Amino acid sequence: MINYRVILFAFALLFGVVFSVPSLTQSEQGKKITLGLDLQGGLHMLLGIKSEVAIESRIKSMAATVKYIFDDEEIIFDELRMVDGEKITFELLDSDDVSKTKALLKKELEGTVLNENGLKFSIEMTEDEVARTKQNAISQAVDTIRTRLDSFGLAEPTVAKQGEDKILVEVPGIKTQEDEQRIRELIARAAHLQLMAVDEDRAARVSTMSAAEAQSFGDVILTDVNTPEKYLLRAIPVLDGSMLTDAKVGFDENNQPVINFTLNGQGAKIFGDFTGKYVGKRMAVVLDNDVYSAPNINERIGGGRVQISGRFQLSEAHDLAIALRSGALLAPVYVMEKRSVGPSLGADNIKASMLALMLGFILVVIFMILYYGMAGVIANVALIGNLFLILAVMSLFGATLTLPGMAGIVLTVGMAVDANVIINERIRELLHEGKSIAKSIEEGYNKAFTAILDANVTTLIAAVVLWAYGTGPLKGFALTMGIGILASMLTAIVGTHGIYQWLLPKINKKKLGFWFGIKTEGNK
Amino acid sequence: MEIFKYKAPLSLMSKSKRFGLVSLALLIISIGLIVTKGFNYGLDFAGGTLVQVHYKEKAPIAKVRAAITKVKEYENASVTYFGNDNEIIIRTKKSSKSLDKDMGDAMRVLLKGTGDFEVRRVDIVGAKVGSELREKGLMAMFLSILGILIYVSFRFEWRFAIASVMALIHDVTIAMGAVVLFGIEVNLDTLAALLTILGYSLNDTIIVFDRIREGINTIKNPDLGSIIDESVTQTLSRTTLTSLTTFFVVLTLFMFGGEIIKGFSFTLLVGVVVGTYSSIFVASPILMMLGFSVSDYRLKAAEKAKRAKEKDKMRAMYENGTI
Repeated sequence: MINYRVILFAFALLFGVVFSVPSLTQSEQGKKITLGLDLQGGLHMLLGIKSEVAIESRIKSMAATVKYIFDDEEIIFDELRMVDGEKITFELLDSDDVSKTKALLKKELEGTVLNENGLKFSIEMTEDEVARTKQNAISQAVDTIRTRLDSFGLAEPTVAKQGEDKILVEVPGIKTQEDEQRIRELIARAAHLQLMAVDEDRAARVSTMSAAEAQSFGDVILTDVNTPEKYLLRAIPVLDGSMLTDAKVGFDENNQPVINFTLNGQGAKIFGDFTGKYVGKRMAVVLDNDVYSAPNINERIGGGRVQISGRFQLSEAHDLAIALRSGALLAPVYVMEKRSVGPSLGADNIKASMLALMLGFILVVIFMILYYGMAGVIANVALIGNLFLILAVMSLFGATLTLPGMAGIVLTVGMAVDANVIINERIRELLHEGKSIAKSIEEGYNKAFTAILDANVTTLIAAVVLWAYGTGPLKGFALTMGIGILASMLTAIVGTHGIYQWLLPKINKKKLGFWFGIKTEGNK
Repeated sequence: MEIFKYKAPLSLMSKSKRFGLVSLALLIISIGLIVTKGFNYGLDFAGGTLVQVHYKEKAPIAKVRAAITKVKEYENASVTYFGNDNEIIIRTKKSSKSLDKDMGDAMRVLLKGTGDFEVRRVDIVGAKVGSELREKGLMAMFLSILGILIYVSFRFEWRFAIASVMALIHDVTIAMGAVVLFGIEVNLDTLAALLTILGYSLNDTIIVFDRIREGINTIKNPDLGSIIDESVTQTLSRTTLTSLTTFFVVLTLFMFGGEIIKGFSFTLLVGVVVGTYSSIFVASPILMMLGFSVSDYRLKAAEKAKRAKEKDKMRAMYENGTI
């Protein structure tokens, strides 16, 4: 007769089928399971970040601000230096400027401490500011990398902060290794743009000058991106990429790709003032510490439009423009962990695991029917319901199916029938004792229940711990196994029980061989 | 079909010493192997770089070796076949932090001219991540055992919990011994396999213990040995059948699931066999060794029932307003 258990099972089955259809047919609509990177191919990376560089560049830009203020306010100073990338020092020449300087710096430089010793000053960041800058560097890196990948036109990349200081990047659906490298280069690009003045007074000596000597003049030596030519540049830049509003690929008169960028109002003003003062001298366009060009300044340049030319490939210029638009990485990132799987390997992985799943499933199904007869068929119905339920629940949660996840499902197939083996063995035992069919079934389920419950809960404990402590693919394994265990409680215990109660009137005493796979001698 | 038919209890407990010696021998060999030979930590835990290259034809492994070792950085790289003749794995213990150029990119250039190939997989695990994964793995193992210990104590009795956990440690140790013996690489998936063994083997043990718990309450003879014999015999068919289905499923995974999953499935295969053995021959004798007394248990259960009954009585009286 129809009972609540069988109705519940029918609903579960319906639920399972309905919600697993989008995943099985890979239709556009509906929630579905995402294939893990190991199955569809793609790039998974855990990136670390060199946040000390963010501090250093913060100090650098502060130094640029200080210089700009002094020039603007006509304060006479000397020995403006960055020390160990941690602080700025300078000396005032006129003691009348002290109070004005202190007031100006306090207003312009937040989160810093100004120490004075006579006319010598040093500026340091507060501890809070250091921590904030580091945090900022990470969240800025996450945003920047995300913007870059989005502009590149990739399908659903994941970029997320992981833990305190790591960044998780996952990019599915990369076709070739060359594409993958291009994506990695795009992420890695610091895109740190600087406009720097050439130190024309000492430029002639650059070929023989050491880095330390250059530093003592407040200069830095950088090389050309394409040639070994060296440039002696003022270490504190005129301005940097943070004042950039747009960057686009264009072409110069020789039809070579170039990048045109536009500065914001403040940047344009600084740039105009600087070029006005620096006529006849050279200014270098520096990107990630490579000099791209160092044109002579012929006249004051207003409007804030600058061009980078550097014998680019078109794709390179395109990627560079994306990187410049998305802004510089405040600190460089490095690889802590990388896993990349080519699409063909992913396809092979799917093929192999599907084959194992099918074979394992068929093996279990045949065995159950051979050994238990109809009881085995009922268990198999529950097993199929279980598989659909796993797929449905995973679809609803939009879970990711990985290769270990497939292994988890295969394993669940083996373990889910366990409940039915236990129940069937109990029923057989009771039948052998001579109990009636109805009584054997009821008592069989009752007695088997505690064993199944305890056994499943303990397996579930292992699955939950694995889920909580596992990373990436392991989580997938724990997830499918956990869902499989829970689903099996519904299908293998409630579902099969309902089917028995439903079929009970039809179960023939004389056909115990057919129904339960045993000789009828017990049932006198 | 019926293979195992219950007729009379097998006398297992009388032979428990023999099984104990077998287990002890296996344990000593396993621990010896783990200590002397040690785990062959794979990429996940040791860190390093792995590049999988697929050739359209048989991979020219000698040419590949010659091409790679020209570069100083890859001098100590190992090159091996992976699963079949078309697939090779190139491994080094080093891991580069560089994002825009890694070993996969280098291989694409270095291997030019060795044939028609495709770089299919590049895995890089930094040393720091490796040690973090190892710590987390050990923690997961420890927490699982702790959780299980607590649950079984709560559902059964502390001696059952100790016995089941000792059986677990027995299984996992022997499985680890096999992993070392066959030189299986220990990666995250091997760890997953070990944790699955924990769950699986316990599953088996719990089914037997559940029957013993039931036997304690229903079998008149208070001799634990004979209760165990009878319970183990009664669950023997289930234990064997489930182990067989699981074994065959894992076997298909091992044979057809692809090379990547071999370490995982092999570890599981060993675990299924050992887990089945231990739930029949190891867990219950430990229960006896721990001095579990049936009459004490019954006495306590009776007292508990009595207290519950009195409580009910009191409540009934209270509700009736007699107090």
